[in-house]
Amino acid sequence: MSTSDYDPACLPDLLPIYYRRLFPFSQYYRWLRYGGVSKNYFQNREFSFTLKYDIYVRYQSFTTQNELEKEMPKMVPYKIDIGAVYSHRPSQHNVVKSGTFQALEKELVFDIDMTDYDDVRRCCSAADICSKCWTLMTIAIRILDRALREDFGFHHLLWVYSGRRGVHCWVCDDAARKLSVAARAAVAEYLSLVKGGEETVRKVVLSDPIHPFINHSLSVVERYFQQYAIVDQDILGSKESVDKVLALLPEDILSFPVDEKDPMKQWDRLCDLVERKKVKAKKGGQYFDKEIMLQYCYPRLDVNVSKGVNHLLKSPFSVPMISLICEELERPRADEAEEDDMKDQENEQEAGERRRIRDYKRTSLAKYVKVFDRFLEAMARSRKGEMLKKSDLQKDF
Amino acid sequence: RQFYQRARRRKKLIGNFQNDLYDQCLQFYGQPPLENISLTEFETFAVERLKLLKTVENVGVSCGKSSEQYTKKLDAEISSLNFPHRGGISEYEKRRKDHISHFILRLAYCQTEDLRRWFIQQEMDLFRYRFNCLHSKHKTDFLHKNNLKYETVSAEEKKNLKDKLIASSYGLSGTKVEEHDVYKVPFQDALDLVRTRKVYLLAGNAYIPHHEIVTIVLNDFRTRLSKALAMTARSLPAVQSDERLQPLLSHLSHAYVGQDYSIQKNIGKISLEQIDALSGKSFPLCMRHLHKALRENHHLRHGGRMQYGLFLKGIGLTLEQALQFWRSEFVKGKVDADKFDKAYAYSVRHMFGKEGKRTDYTPYSCMKVILSNPPSQGDYHGCPFRHSDPELLKQKLQNYKVSPSGINQILELVKGMHYQLACQKYFELTHNVEDAGFSLNHPNQYFTESQKLLNGGRDIKKEVDMSQRSQENPASVTHPSQANSKQAHEEMGDLDSFFQDE
Repeated sequence: MSTSDYDPACLPDLLPIYYRRLFPFSQYYRWLRYGGVSKNYFQNREFSFTLKYDIYVRYQSFTTQNELEKEMPKMVPYKIDIGAVYSHRPSQHNVVKSGTFQALEKELVFDIDMTDYDDVRRCCSAADICSKCWTLMTIAIRILDRALREDFGFHHLLWVYSGRRGVHCWVCDDAARKLSVAARAAVAEYLSLVKGGEETVRKVVLSDPIHPFINHSLSVVERYFQQYAIVDQDILGSKESVDKVLALLPEDILSFPVDEKDPMKQWDRLCDLVERKKVKAKKGGQYFDKEIMLQYCYPRLDVNVSKGVNHLLKSPFSVPMISLICEELERPRADEAEEDDMKDQENEQEAGERRRIRDYKRTSLAKYVKVFDRFLEAMARSRKGEMLKKSDLQKDF
Repeated sequence: RQFYQRARRRKKLIGNFQNDLYDQCLQFYGQPPLENISLTEFETFAVERLKLLKTVENVGVSCGKSSEQYTKKLDAEISSLNFPHRGGISEYEKRRKDHISHFILRLAYCQTEDLRRWFIQQEMDLFRYRFNCLHSKHKTDFLHKNNLKYETVSAEEKKNLKDKLIASSYGLSGTKVEEHDVYKVPFQDALDLVRTRKVYLLAGNAYIPHHEIVTIVLNDFRTRLSKALAMTARSLPAVQSDERLQPLLSHLSHAYVGQDYSIQKNIGKISLEQIDALSGKSFPLCMRHLHKALRENHHLRHGGRMQYGLFLKGIGLTLEQALQFWRSEFVKGKVDADKFDKAYAYSVRHMFGKEGKRTDYTPYSCMKVILSNPPSQGDYHGCPFRHSDPELLKQKLQNYKVSPSGINQILELVKGMHYQLACQKYFELTHNVEDAGFSLNHPNQYFTESQKLLNGGRDIKKEVDMSQRSQENPASVTHPSQANSKQAHEEMGDLDSFFQDE
């Protein structure tokens, strides 16, 4: 996804249009309200906005969908972050007795940022991404999605492109929102396999017994590794990159098959050497090939993003590829009926809603809102199921 | 609560109770003790348990909690304290003390989040150690006696999951899976195992083999203790209004049990000219930081003056030296000599016990520096490992030429909240040793150990004048090695002045 079409200079003109005509307020409100089961859940949610000239404001909160719809086009945030649901309205946090204003709940979130892989990707660096390294995101999503659902039993996951260089996962189950700091940290640690910073060369260390989670993750990585790493990233293609791979192996496997030109075959030969060493070794350290694959491909998460209940994370629908979407909006459509506009006089709000729906349906935003709608439906069904269960237990009819 | 309001000078004991009441060496502390005890016993028990918990903390800090030496070291240390240990015979008195002292400390440690967290952590570590000392049969007995029933996995599910279970849990074999229970709890109740990925997870549940059951029990223990502390905090005002108990309780929550460096061992052995050099070589990071700030700004605020000033006293500065030191520095700034003599000299003399209450202040321990009086903007006191932003800490360490890998080790320790260990690591890196050889809990200890190391293991040469010492510090405290009530009482009295910051 090249960023050549994105011109930040148009933002001041386009953002107001986005908020007036495209931002899916009713779905957004529906999401964050979570069925209204907890009182004031939406009202006590913190939002933070980055405004023009990089002005950053925290502790924004809203009482109704209406207020949200009125305020956002007025404030025109360049970036929206979502924080925690607090004990009181965030906008009034200053008048609350000191010590009693507390973050109570928030979705469990994960942030996979492409820059964390700079040491293992050769096609891009920093905020650049291309179709070659995007595979890393695919791998990350598959591994984490499975683990969060199957191991941890979560059901309502929202995966969102973070807008620049990675993806975010919002785990919205009730149980997830109620997790303590320690629990969030524990989940994030469980999901972490690549450890160490600049100073650590070998970042993945496997030993017996291999936990089922690691096996599941390996099977995903193995599916993509050959095409991604050997072909696209060409990790055996230059001396420099080969040396990086060799640095992850024990000293006695330095007899690298340099005569072999085909990188795929080179990799196969390398795995052979590891196999032979495995047979000879008495214990430990026989998983070098798997460690290499994981170091190059396994998702790298920032535990700190996931840990904090009050951590603010960029919101879905916050500043998308705005110029592209706004262009689509302005394209003339022959087949649209104009009489809808006649109904405007009756009810401004309903008309606004209709216009908005018609508008985003014209744009590529539509399919994303559709995904979001399906996600919201699933949560609503699940809540209904919970309530039925509860009333059954209480014998209400 | 009733127990505390009835604490009286006379001791009463119901004889027959002995056999039933404390028949198990380990307990959940579900029921508060119902007897009357004397104030003396109240104080003694409290101080002794505090020492026990601090021992648990120190051993955990010096060996990793999952290392083999941990259990061995705890065995060695705890057996010398007067508490229940490995279910020996005639442990009645010890168990009674264990019971009562736990509840007393609840009062002292329920008041703030930090204190609660510390107390819960040490009690959990102690409980885990004791539980693991039990024989398997006694473990099961314990579960029964305390009505702990955990959901077990059916034989069929065990069979289906057998391979996965074996691959997830250390030390689990096929036979063990078949013969012993496997427990199923929500993953939130087994966070330690989840974090380290040492357990099998499915649909949000953790599958825990019998030999790891301590994890679940511990979780239960933590939940109960946490709730109990919250309740205790609510009824605390009533207890605190009892003026016999209030001073003791507030001292306990700040008490430092161990060498307090109040006796100046090396008076006059340090010259002022040496301080700059010493700050780089032998000062812990907090004091190095304070010294640098003082030199640069020619000023320190109250918190910094107290923390640094008492430390300097602890390393052996005399009152005259201290006055000269502070005056010469402040005068370089915005304070003229007159103003210094009027405003600041008083507080220096106060530190040395020459003004006001004329009790001797003792240098702050690491615990005190870390837990109380966090620094705000414009302050330089506190513990840099606790109070500095990791980025700034990193920069500082880089400026002090600590190696990048060393910095990372330190930052990891800081992340895990092992501030004293991080400082110890700083010691090891700056002194170029593998192992500091001591368990750090006092800045003056850092200094002493550093000097010992740099002087080839010998203490600073000059002899200490015994008579001079006892004249200067009439209220000084001796090392509380005996669990003697008189001693404990005196200790409490001095701790009083310990914490009267102006």
